[in-house]
Amino acid sequence: MPHKILIVDDSKLARMVMASALRRIHPEFELVEATNATEALNAVSNARVDLALIDFNMPGMDGLELVARVRRTKPEMPIAIVSANIQDEIIGRARELNAAFIAKPLTDEALGAFLSGAALRLKRATQ
Amino acid sequence: MKIDVGGLTEAEQDALAEIANIGVSRAAASLRQMIGEQVLLSVPAVNIVSRLAASRLVEKSGTSKLIAVRQSFDGPFAGRALLIFPAAHSLELVRSIVGDEHTMEDVIDLEHEALAETGNIILNACLATIANVLHETMRVSLPTVIRGDGEELFDIQGGIKADSLVLFLYIDFTIKKRNIHGFIALLMDLPAIVALRGIVRNFIDSIGQQTETDAS
Repeated sequence: MPHKILIVDDSKLARMVMASALRRIHPEFELVEATNATEALNAVSNARVDLALIDFNMPGMDGLELVARVRRTKPEMPIAIVSANIQDEIIGRARELNAAFIAKPLTDEALGAFLSGAALRLKRATQ
Repeated sequence: MKIDVGGLTEAEQDALAEIANIGVSRAAASLRQMIGEQVLLSVPAVNIVSRLAASRLVEKSGTSKLIAVRQSFDGPFAGRALLIFPAAHSLELVRSIVGDEHTMEDVIDLEHEALAETGNIILNACLATIANVLHETMRVSLPTVIRGDGEELFDIQGGIKADSLVLFLYIDFTIKKRNIHGFIALLMDLPAIVALRGIVRNFIDSIGQQTETDAS
């Protein structure tokens, strides 16, 4: 069964860029989009989401707070923070939450590397 | 790099220039990656000037109809970062980012979103790199897209005194193939400059200590 991936970003352009890269790398993936943390938490609760790409700087709850919330129910879900804010502290906090960090501008290489690792983790989890 | 920063020693000015250079170079690399074309940078300039003088500098390209993406930052020092270019270049910049395959209608639809996200990526690249070099943490606001002349961009008409002094760091960029040019600008008020000076001193000291460690 193809994986369902959640894309969370308040910017429509950023969601377009992520969706376009995903369609190139894994056209079989099912995409779910959210424009803020509330929508994202609803999607995690109600849709069967396997992995997530989450922007850091969003109105309301930021991406790291959102990951912390998701981790309460999904401690092993592969998640990447996708942000141009490449400060060491942000990357360190993502790692503490067991999330990867992908720098914007997004490249197929960086996204592909995250998705390969995520696919392995998901495969192991179902075995 | 042209420097005329009153009150700073030569070593502090040199360190500030280098830190700024690293930040804007990273920002230019991000812009190049987004549009897939070469981005030419001018020599960055760091000056202490009045807000009014700063606003005049960004109008020197001959037009006062500007568009900017602005983000505030705070932490050990606070200020504003802006990506600025003539309003007439806005749609061409958006087209270069979303791709030539999109229709003009799509480009117009996406203009605001694309400008905000582009500014967010470029300004964060600059600010985060500076924070990392200084081993400091900065909070960066969400991007705001504003249109107007230099005074509107720098909030002079919003009640801020035109003669108040700011540390003004700016760099011109040109996307030659597209005939697009603009500025990346950082503005810090005087209390921020004092804080920045302390951090730059620590940065210089840490390099001195590293050099001593490497030599021993």
